[in-house]
Amino acid sequence: MTIAISEQAPRRKHGFDYTKTVLYGFAAALVLLIVLPMSWLVYYAFVDKTGAFTIGNFYTLFSDPAFQEPLVTTFVLATSTSLICCLVAAPMGWLVARTDMPLRRTVRLMVTASFVTPPFLGAIAWELLAAPNSGLLNKLARSAFGLESDEHIFNIYSFPGLIFVIACYTFPYVFVLVANALDRMPGDLEDASSILGGGTWQTAKRITIPLVLPALLAGALVAFLQAMTLFGSPAILALPAGFHTMTTKIWSLFQYPPKPELAAAASLPLLILTVILLRAEHMILGRRSYSVIGGKNSDPRIIQLGGLTWLALGFCFVVLLCPVLLPYGALLNASFSRIATTPIWFDNFTFHNLYFVFFELSATKLALYNTFVLGIATATLGTILAVVISYLTTRQAVTGHRALGFLATAPVAIPGIVLGVGLFLSYTQMPLAVSYVCKSISGVPCDTFASAFQLYGTKWILLLAFLTLGLPAAYQQMQSAFRAIHPELEDASRILGATRLRALWQITAPLLRTSVIATWCFVFVGTIRELSAAIMLFTSETKVISVLIFDLNESGDLAAISVLGIIMLVVTFGIVALANRLRIGGSPVQIRNA
Amino acid sequence: MRNSTFSRRDVLKGTTALVAATVFAEPLRAAAPPPEAITPALIEAAKKEGKCAFYTAMDITLGEKLGKGFEAKFGIAVRVERSGAERVFTRIGQEYASNIHAVDVVNTSDQAHCLAWKANGWLLPYLPEEVVQHYDKAYYDPNGFEVVTRVLLSPIGYNTKLVKPEDVPKSFADLLDPKWAGKMVKAHPAYSGTIMNSTFQLARDLGWEYLEKLAKQRVMQLQSATDPPKKLALGERAVMFDGAGYLVIQYKERGDPVDLVYPSEGTPVATSPSAVFKAAPNPNAAKLFQNWMHTREGQQIVTDFARQYSAHKQVVEKPGVRKLTDIKLMKEDVEGVEKMADEIKRRYAQIFKV
Repeated sequence: MTIAISEQAPRRKHGFDYTKTVLYGFAAALVLLIVLPMSWLVYYAFVDKTGAFTIGNFYTLFSDPAFQEPLVTTFVLATSTSLICCLVAAPMGWLVARTDMPLRRTVRLMVTASFVTPPFLGAIAWELLAAPNSGLLNKLARSAFGLESDEHIFNIYSFPGLIFVIACYTFPYVFVLVANALDRMPGDLEDASSILGGGTWQTAKRITIPLVLPALLAGALVAFLQAMTLFGSPAILALPAGFHTMTTKIWSLFQYPPKPELAAAASLPLLILTVILLRAEHMILGRRSYSVIGGKNSDPRIIQLGGLTWLALGFCFVVLLCPVLLPYGALLNASFSRIATTPIWFDNFTFHNLYFVFFELSATKLALYNTFVLGIATATLGTILAVVISYLTTRQAVTGHRALGFLATAPVAIPGIVLGVGLFLSYTQMPLAVSYVCKSISGVPCDTFASAFQLYGTKWILLLAFLTLGLPAAYQQMQSAFRAIHPELEDASRILGATRLRALWQITAPLLRTSVIATWCFVFVGTIRELSAAIMLFTSETKVISVLIFDLNESGDLAAISVLGIIMLVVTFGIVALANRLRIGGSPVQIRNA
Repeated sequence: MRNSTFSRRDVLKGTTALVAATVFAEPLRAAAPPPEAITPALIEAAKKEGKCAFYTAMDITLGEKLGKGFEAKFGIAVRVERSGAERVFTRIGQEYASNIHAVDVVNTSDQAHCLAWKANGWLLPYLPEEVVQHYDKAYYDPNGFEVVTRVLLSPIGYNTKLVKPEDVPKSFADLLDPKWAGKMVKAHPAYSGTIMNSTFQLARDLGWEYLEKLAKQRVMQLQSATDPPKKLALGERAVMFDGAGYLVIQYKERGDPVDLVYPSEGTPVATSPSAVFKAAPNPNAAKLFQNWMHTREGQQIVTDFARQYSAHKQVVEKPGVRKLTDIKLMKEDVEGVEKMADEIKRRYAQIFKV
């Protein structure tokens, strides 16, 4: 309300209010980030090679069995993953939030670890563990049960294997939503139920489950979405198993001779489905608010597990073996073993892999440099964008703030690989388009000016991609941080004569410092693990670690991958630990799958 | 198909006869460039540039070994950009389409790529002195657009722990036996140049029906030709249907339980040329690297370290690799591959579903 008044107030004499300029500047930046690549994507999907309008691309795709199969595969994959995630994450979330199970904090920490593990790294680690013949687990099983040398228990190069690996790194999304819902659920509703004579089961059935169901459903949708848009794990596991998913199919359409128009057409259904699912999630989660409205909230009731404690702990342990303990062990083992899938012992322990990665592999240095430069640049710019936009939207500082908020959240609906295709099409064609427009306006050729739009081949295009993908999470973080600070502090400053920017700098900024640093950390972590957009946009001089790992996987250099993977994990955990030390409260951070 | 009493040179010549006929038979538009030695002036100019970008499909260990050898000798850092030959081709095409000239020297395992690059006018005519002196004419373009760096074979490999001596397959036909179902691994022609050539030769000599039957054997599908030997050494699969034979020899020599069979139908072969790009960002370093890689010193690394075949006549082969003369080879047909490449990728994807 106070803000509305300040907006109508005449402009102060002693200072120009930059708000409008800032708004338009940021709106333009967001349009450039999001609308531009998506428009090129749609344009490409509907034109043929000569540039004439056609729906032939869609016809070619949907009438081709080589495209129909991946479509069905992806649907089954995403549904099964989502189901498994719910079955595992819901009980775990409940155990952690509502019972007296020991080591609850440790379990939460480990879930965070699987949350920040790059899924493609997890997939490679599971190759080491459960390749049907050379996998460590299968070797163990053979020696334990005396199986034949070609018998196996696990086969990661299979459809169920892929579902399993994707579920490993997707269940945290469901877990976080469910655990948070249970954490926040007021205990008095359950108390009332028991006081009125409801038993534990009846209370659960009539109070707890209905209250947590929206969060679970939303989690299921998010898991579906993650599984559907994931690129790394299917590229690593599905091809050896002999099938494609949508994302790997889109990627393969860029093999020589590239078919960008088909790739664009194949990307659109993914985009549309994502938008629909996110709408659904929003509607479901939107309903949740009814559960927490009402009188004073008491702490959630904690259930005594008693004799079931060990069973519960065992369940959590077994679940966490899959995304964290076993894969990390396998990567460490491969880093120091002469043969990647032979357990380390005195006769095969080696530092050669470390030596190879740091001193022989000439791509390492450049990839590490690119990754860190891009990580830092994305995190810094992303945080700045997020701070300004969430200030404008939470304080409703200007008209049009809603559109700004929408734009900042919109990239959630853009799968990484789709954005990659869009940006690739935009910035390989932009110089031509700019040159054409410029020439028709000014009448002179302006190739030099146009070539400035040649972003493909530079780090800028990767920065744009990472910024777009990282923005929604950063925005959500900063928005909740801003909401926690009452505007009256800023108002006081402005009443005393400060401009809006000065109030922001002197009052709000210090209060936000920890949130800003936390946001920066999470954008950084999300960026250095990004693969699906990077794979479409890198050139040899702008290669990042995730792409290097992916390339090494194609030639089967598992030891080098393990060393690089461990470096990535160490950096990630360092940054996450820093962020967690600094963060006070705040909502769970969403990191995209890569 | 081939008389195995030919000398090794003759056989090498034979395998690339068609290469010579098709690649080099074009009317000479310009006089052949003069053979160039490694001169102090070239070294000086290259050192000023200080670096060289080498795009290659060779196994990363060989690429880095050559790069480090070059750096040790001239103090010029080589950045090795390794990926499957077909992806190297895609990458260079994409980069050039966007006016990005990042590649200095390329080595591909699919010679047909050089035809395309040459037709685009992207390659620099450059003839290293030793090539003219010590290589058969079949192994380099008289106009200096490309020089064969290594000759690659794709034989059958097997893990000696997983395959009993009496079960070792002798031919491609043997591999259709149901007992090999689910036990083989192979690489992908849309990714690897070696495999593009071997798939072409197999489809031509044994027919697509053979590959259709093979697909029913539940073959594990990898991408790079350098990956199947690694899976074989790990014991992930018992038999390597196709892949880089030289890595199997390397692994055998370091003590892994692997060995090779040269199939009775003939062993698929691919000559792997290198070329310098006209728009190379480091033109002198590019020339120096191309020159040095094809000297006896560079080629000796190719044979001694990587266990591949060299076209340099003075290279002394370390024992342990079967001579090319003693191997029945399938016939390479670069022009055929160039024409058929898209068709092969399409049919292969249909048959193998990836």
